[in-house]
Amino acid sequence: MIQVSMTVNGKAVSAHVDPRTLLVQFLREHLRLTGTHVGCDTSQCGACVVHVDGRAIKSCTTLAASCHGAHVTTIEGLAHDGKLHPMQQAFQDNHGLQCGFCTPGMIMSAVDMVNRKGPDLDETTIRDELEGNICRCTGYHNIVKAVKQGAQEMGSQSQPKAAE
Amino acid sequence: MSATGIGASVKRKEDIRFITGKGHYVDDVNRPGQAYAYFLRSPHAHATIDKIDLAAAKSAPGVAAIFTGDDIAADKVGGLICGWMIHSKDGSPMKAGAHPPLAQGKVRYVGDHVAVVIADTYAQARDAAEKIVVDYGVLPAAVDTASAANAGQPQVHDVAPNNTVFNWHIGDKGATDAAFAAAAHVTRLDLVNNRLVPNAMEPRAAVGEYDSGSDCLTLYTTSQNPHVARLVLSAFIGIAPEHKLRVIAPDVGGGFGSKIFIYAEETVCVWAARKIDRPVKWTADRTEAFLSDCHGRDHVSHAEIAIDANGKITALRAHTIANLGAYLSTFASSVPTYLYALLLSGQYDIKNIYAEVDAVYTNTAPVDAYRGAGRPEATFLVERIVEIAARELGRDPAEFRRANFIGSFPHQTPVILAYDAGNYALALDKALAAADYKGVAARKAASAAKGKLRGVGFSAYIEACGIAPSAAVGSLGAGVGLWESAEVRVNPIGTVEILTGSHSHGQGHETTFAQLVSSRLGIPFENVSIVHGDTDKVQMGMGTYGSRSGAVGMSAISKALDKIEAKAKKVAGYVLEASDQDIEFKDGKFTVKGTDKSIDFGSVALQAYIAHKFNGQELEPGLKESAFWDPTNFTFPAGVHICELEIDPQTGVVTIDRWTAVDDFGKLINPMIVEGQVHGGIAQGVGQALFEGAVYNSDGQLLTASYMDYCMPRADNLPSFHIETIETACPSNPLGIKGCGEAGAIASPPAVINAITDALGHENVTMPATPQVVWRAAQKAVMKRAAE
Repeated sequence: MIQVSMTVNGKAVSAHVDPRTLLVQFLREHLRLTGTHVGCDTSQCGACVVHVDGRAIKSCTTLAASCHGAHVTTIEGLAHDGKLHPMQQAFQDNHGLQCGFCTPGMIMSAVDMVNRKGPDLDETTIRDELEGNICRCTGYHNIVKAVKQGAQEMGSQSQPKAAE
Repeated sequence: MSATGIGASVKRKEDIRFITGKGHYVDDVNRPGQAYAYFLRSPHAHATIDKIDLAAAKSAPGVAAIFTGDDIAADKVGGLICGWMIHSKDGSPMKAGAHPPLAQGKVRYVGDHVAVVIADTYAQARDAAEKIVVDYGVLPAAVDTASAANAGQPQVHDVAPNNTVFNWHIGDKGATDAAFAAAAHVTRLDLVNNRLVPNAMEPRAAVGEYDSGSDCLTLYTTSQNPHVARLVLSAFIGIAPEHKLRVIAPDVGGGFGSKIFIYAEETVCVWAARKIDRPVKWTADRTEAFLSDCHGRDHVSHAEIAIDANGKITALRAHTIANLGAYLSTFASSVPTYLYALLLSGQYDIKNIYAEVDAVYTNTAPVDAYRGAGRPEATFLVERIVEIAARELGRDPAEFRRANFIGSFPHQTPVILAYDAGNYALALDKALAAADYKGVAARKAASAAKGKLRGVGFSAYIEACGIAPSAAVGSLGAGVGLWESAEVRVNPIGTVEILTGSHSHGQGHETTFAQLVSSRLGIPFENVSIVHGDTDKVQMGMGTYGSRSGAVGMSAISKALDKIEAKAKKVAGYVLEASDQDIEFKDGKFTVKGTDKSIDFGSVALQAYIAHKFNGQELEPGLKESAFWDPTNFTFPAGVHICELEIDPQTGVVTIDRWTAVDDFGKLINPMIVEGQVHGGIAQGVGQALFEGAVYNSDGQLLTASYMDYCMPRADNLPSFHIETIETACPSNPLGIKGCGEAGAIASPPAVINAITDALGHENVTMPATPQVVWRAAQKAVMKRAAE
């Protein structure tokens, strides 16, 4: 067992874990932050995307130990003071989700996309940038619309970063 | 129409928990003291199990128990069942091989369940499983669909000689053959409907829990139909009687059919929870999902249509070999029979149809319903062969279709179904306009100028959904009735809970069902909550599949609301001192006809529970009603999809340029949700046409068992879609709803392949039309053109 400490959604957390513990297991099983999902184990589907030190990563293939000392933001850390993050709101406004399973990873990837690419995103860019997130329900049509709206809102609110 | 009423694109209630990470899926369930299950699976497609040595595994750290098929047999746990009896042409019943939840003596596909290891942690269970030593007697495997029934193939089940489950047929062979003999033109087509893996993004999961104090079991499971799961686990598998077994399907992350079925893992978890008196949790990883979720499609067919001198289709005949995998899954036998061949008339007035279906066992994962279930296979066959016939006759494919459309309703097809309502020409007209069909020639020329090949493909699909009248499906072999139930509980202050036997796993029932109730009772949308997915809360239900939750599930709610309204009128009559016959109910208010005396719905609810204004012997207190709705017919959504795409002949890459869909779903409750269902369906159909295919090698190893190998459609593979609807009300349910969940997946594969073959100028393209397939086909087209 090893000691792992990090800041998750602004809170300092620490635990003794099996060295092979993945970040997603640490979040889901130790912290009971079950909003981050596991849809595959080959870094393909993106249901497990969280932000580590401000960058989107796939937590299903990241060792918790490698995040020792890091600042981690999960889907649970995106809304503040009872107000949805604009990207969350955009997903509801545009019916950008159906079963909801891929949604946390989609939203975390979308926020990261805006952080990297800015708020003015065209459809081709959004579709290319979502290559690492699979949705089986929506056919992506409304996800693309949601990301576009969310990006514009993030730009106009000049609130580009998540909770890091 | 109010902002939240029927027909409004209301934003979804359920979204808030999903976008904030507060959804509650089965893998989010954790019970005190739970242990974790890991399934040791067969690495061989076909083998005898000669010996299993568990000694080293049992002493591994953290192991609570290990069970094999011997333990299942010793406990007399029943086998998994197929709930739809099909009889062969000769009258004999289908040949169903035994399907024990843990293999007994033999494994029949890669991924078959050999043992379950239960330990304190998942990692310990997995580690211990590696210490199990199994002596397999490896046998040759039957894998290929087309040849599985041939002489000399390895036999999957002793009870099914030549791997044949059944040889079924439907239609009038003599009349059909006569029509072919008289035909002016016959179009023939061999086609393969490729095998798919459903791939709901949430892998299957289960938590079994036993309460020794009450001797009750609870199973949390990723199910589209928890009551059916309880019925099968109880009545057939014998886990526990129904009143001692609670099945909970909380938030479920997509189903697409794959979560209808009662699987081995869920069965073993709930059984083992009692054996070890600890909660047992299992969650599939993605490769397990590929190996053990039921697959879809996998047909090999030959089809022919007869056409008279006037260009009318006079007959269709088809022979299909359907691969059902190594065991018969819950509804496997219904998919390539009644859900398939009954749709072979398509949207066309075809007087004579005859179809034969040979269902075969192979050493592959079981095959069962996947989004559309039989209807995509029928539509692919009909819409490919009709397209080819038009091309052979030099007719415009749109006009050839129009000339053969059914024009009046009701219409009795020669294969059982009676289509109740539709307007196929209107959908075609609107689709042609929206797709700018007139501009195709110019766009083809523009593509050609840059070295690209442009094609346009049609699909005029029909489906039978809103499944289904119980007596009718019973006469066709179904082991269950396919009604739906609803209970309306009005609380004393007028808020309402709806208990439904439908299950939402992405469809948005919490929103659409609330729209119906809010409209009917005139109460705020926010005052309605929907309860589903728990057999202890909802008494009984048949679940969600076959696009049935609107047409059947909401009809049950509507029927229960009728009873609520009747009872509430009586209460209002006592309060307002009038006969209930003189009470009108409108916009949430009960009014004595011709007066200004009125009372609102909430006050009536309170009076119903206070019960001061009426004699409890004359009128029961309370306001709660339930109903079962059994549909009178299937529903028949139909429409036209047009795919226009461009092929780069240098690379074989296909780019879909525009997608136009005009669908008739009857009355819409929430157009936003309906469009979303169509988008997702099209994406899955395009996935089948261009990207997806489950591939087994000749040894029966699944070569496509991860997202690295099985190509899921991604955002950059798809266009945005143009969706329109027309509305012919469905006459067979009170809401006029037809259903929309499967249409996109049914319509889209032939539209894509028709577009590719239009671009290439020949028909020799198989699904999935990957860049390699298309490149090869394009080279043939280029050489053919050079030779001309």
